[in-house]
Amino acid sequence: MTAPRSIELVCPAGTPAALRAAVEAGAHAVYCGFNDETNARNFPGLNFSREEMAEAIKFAHNHGAKVLVALNTFPRAGAFWRWSKAVDDCARFGADAVILADLGLLDYAARRESGLRLHLSVQAAAANADAINFYARTFGVRRVVLPRVLTVQEIAAINREIDAETEVFIFGGLCVMAEGRCSLSSYATGKSPNMNGACSPASHVEYREAGGALVSRLGGFAINRVAGGQPAPYPTLCKGVFEAGDYKGHVFEDPVSLDAAALIPQLAEAGVTALKIEGRQRSRAYTEAVVRSFRRALDDHAAGRPIAAGELRALTEGQQTTSGAYRKTWR
Amino acid sequence: MNAIPQLPPVGAAALRLAPLAPLSFVADRFARSLGRRHPALFTRLGAEADKIFLIDPTDLPLAFRLLPRPEAPRLEAIRREAAGSLEAGSWDARVAGPLAALIGLVHGAYDGDALFFSRDLVIEGDTAAVLALRNAIDNEEMDLVREAAALFGPFESLARRPARDLAAFATRWTGVALTRPGRGTQE
Amino acid sequence: MAERNFELTLGPLQFNWPAQKFVDFYAAVADEAPVDRVVIGELVCSKRAPFYADRLPGAIERLERGGKQVVLGSLALITLERERRAARENFDQAAHDVEINDLTLMNWVRDGKAFSVGPLVNVYNEATLAFLAGRGARRVCLPPELPFASVETIARASKDIGVGIELWAYGRMPLAISGRCTHARAHGLSKDSCQFVCDKDPDGLPTKTLDGVDFLAINGVQTLSFKYANLILDLDRLADAGVAGLRLSPHSGDFIAVTKAFADVSEGRISPREGLSRLSRAAPQAEFTDGFLFGECGAAPLPVI
Repeated sequence: MTAPRSIELVCPAGTPAALRAAVEAGAHAVYCGFNDETNARNFPGLNFSREEMAEAIKFAHNHGAKVLVALNTFPRAGAFWRWSKAVDDCARFGADAVILADLGLLDYAARRESGLRLHLSVQAAAANADAINFYARTFGVRRVVLPRVLTVQEIAAINREIDAETEVFIFGGLCVMAEGRCSLSSYATGKSPNMNGACSPASHVEYREAGGALVSRLGGFAINRVAGGQPAPYPTLCKGVFEAGDYKGHVFEDPVSLDAAALIPQLAEAGVTALKIEGRQRSRAYTEAVVRSFRRALDDHAAGRPIAAGELRALTEGQQTTSGAYRKTWR
Repeated sequence: MNAIPQLPPVGAAALRLAPLAPLSFVADRFARSLGRRHPALFTRLGAEADKIFLIDPTDLPLAFRLLPRPEAPRLEAIRREAAGSLEAGSWDARVAGPLAALIGLVHGAYDGDALFFSRDLVIEGDTAAVLALRNAIDNEEMDLVREAAALFGPFESLARRPARDLAAFATRWTGVALTRPGRGTQE
Repeated sequence: MAERNFELTLGPLQFNWPAQKFVDFYAAVADEAPVDRVVIGELVCSKRAPFYADRLPGAIERLERGGKQVVLGSLALITLERERRAARENFDQAAHDVEINDLTLMNWVRDGKAFSVGPLVNVYNEATLAFLAGRGARRVCLPPELPFASVETIARASKDIGVGIELWAYGRMPLAISGRCTHARAHGLSKDSCQFVCDKDPDGLPTKTLDGVDFLAINGVQTLSFKYANLILDLDRLADAGVAGLRLSPHSGDFIAVTKAFADVSEGRISPREGLSRLSRAAPQAEFTDGFLFGECGAAPLPVI
């Protein structure tokens, strides 16, 4: 390999203000969603109305950035029109791509909106070259967001076998489970990422401070107790404290967050096209800081300079970071 | 993230002595002006605009009850020692933290989730309502000093400079940033 | 009321049982269980497969002698090279139908080859069902988290396109799958050096909340519900909706009694209440739920009637 390939930085935006912050901080592309159940960050007060989306796409294009619209939940039976209309609207607004997960919706988009670029959401959990080739061949999917269960070596092997771009998560919240294949949230609350676009929905979260400790409950199930002064996690089940046999603690995962900044050279070497920052639910302060930091890291990498890593720890869940599944020891 | 400044006790003591009625009057005017200047705030709040929020700056002797009704938003100052005034039942959702953290949230200087992770921000009650309020405010890119100056109506432009100077003075004195970083002060 | 002539499917064994227990279980199913279809093959972890690989042909043969239709199930999460190879070999063989539990296998679907779709494939709506049917899907077991309204809509659509809809009717429900092995982690081990500790828990390792409430069950890289799905009180509603099949997921204990209870209620020989009390006797430790379909959440207890 000669000069390092240039890598696209794909950044989250939960609001128009966050989108502007991301673009101004150096995002090459921003991903966002409509303010309904069609995307997997369907949180109160978040996301874009149709008018805001059209405006945001114009703003981004004027500043040389792309907008990728996430329509990455699984359409509700009997309400498919809501999702197919969202696909049509994205095409009409000039979105640079839609990020889809559902087979039926991919089929619709491929047949009805042939000009629209399709990305496969991480929610589709396409974890190997055969699965990716199926999506690429069947629907013309151009880019696949890889699930957070793969090592760097596995990502490199996948890239050698497929005819599509890959995008991987570089920073932010870390799903322990294969994304799009997890019903933990709906088991406790009736609401799931796949159906409702929300994991551990705020409507079912209860925090209580008791004697300096913070107890969090989801759907009435106590999932965490954090002593005073200790970092608090998101109220997601996979980061909860449970008792399994003789083991008591974070059975699935510690409340840590992904930071793979140090792995940028290896991921580039592995052939990934784009790096994705998680966090559409976060504020524009987060977006600004993280995007700026990673844009600098990518520029450093492109110029052959060493990458400064670990400067964003204070923004992360549990205030601790991990390189997650990218290193095999995580498993 | 840097440590969040706490309001010095002398400042808190001064506020304890301040009469509540004028404060509530100004707060309420402020809320209504905000409502006029930022209608999108309420669109984002959606159904959560019906809730009662307790905004609880833990380093102040008083807290604020926010009723973000689209037609008539209200903000009331409540004294901490007033019996039962801050107790659960008088609000749907409570957001508590140092004044600097709460103001920093409005200005987009801090990230709400990060403040929650670090335990600088405490959330109680209706979590969905808090989230909606946080997201709605985050999208407005507000500057509280500019919002305060707007209270002077037609004299807003005249009020902006003294308001800014006063804010800068208060910031130096308390450590609590009252303007939006990188924006509000240079305009 | 529609006639309750459900096809009963025995789902693939989710747990790591010793080879002899595996053989004995399928022998008993072959000889005694009133089920129509048996999905067999490793679902959860490819590291387990070698333990019983040499017993599999015998088990399949015995099941077929017992009049069961044998369907080869795929792994739920395919990442490794050898997992891809094994999946492809299974799919390309012609002797048995195949159940897809990871869309990886769609890469090898060719015209004319019918297949089944397991509950770990995301079929949430009629458009996805129609797409899969167009590719050759003939039977689809829906994901356990679907609410009844979605089941009704999808089942209605299934009739026009010749697909049978099946529901997860009994047993701990698959809630999540990971690249990481939780079972190993709970024993202070990693997936690569797991010492196969998941074999200690024939029905999964129960996981409690901080309040001591039974909540989940760990099964290797898979996370299951603590509660057992149990739709035996709901068969009339399911028949009315046009559900064609019921999936019973293997557990230790008297599982033949479980299959008989469903067959007897399904064919009207005993009442649903009697069926439920038989299931309670067959699995005295189990707590039951039909919450995903009819309750507030997946963990909602069965309503007391």
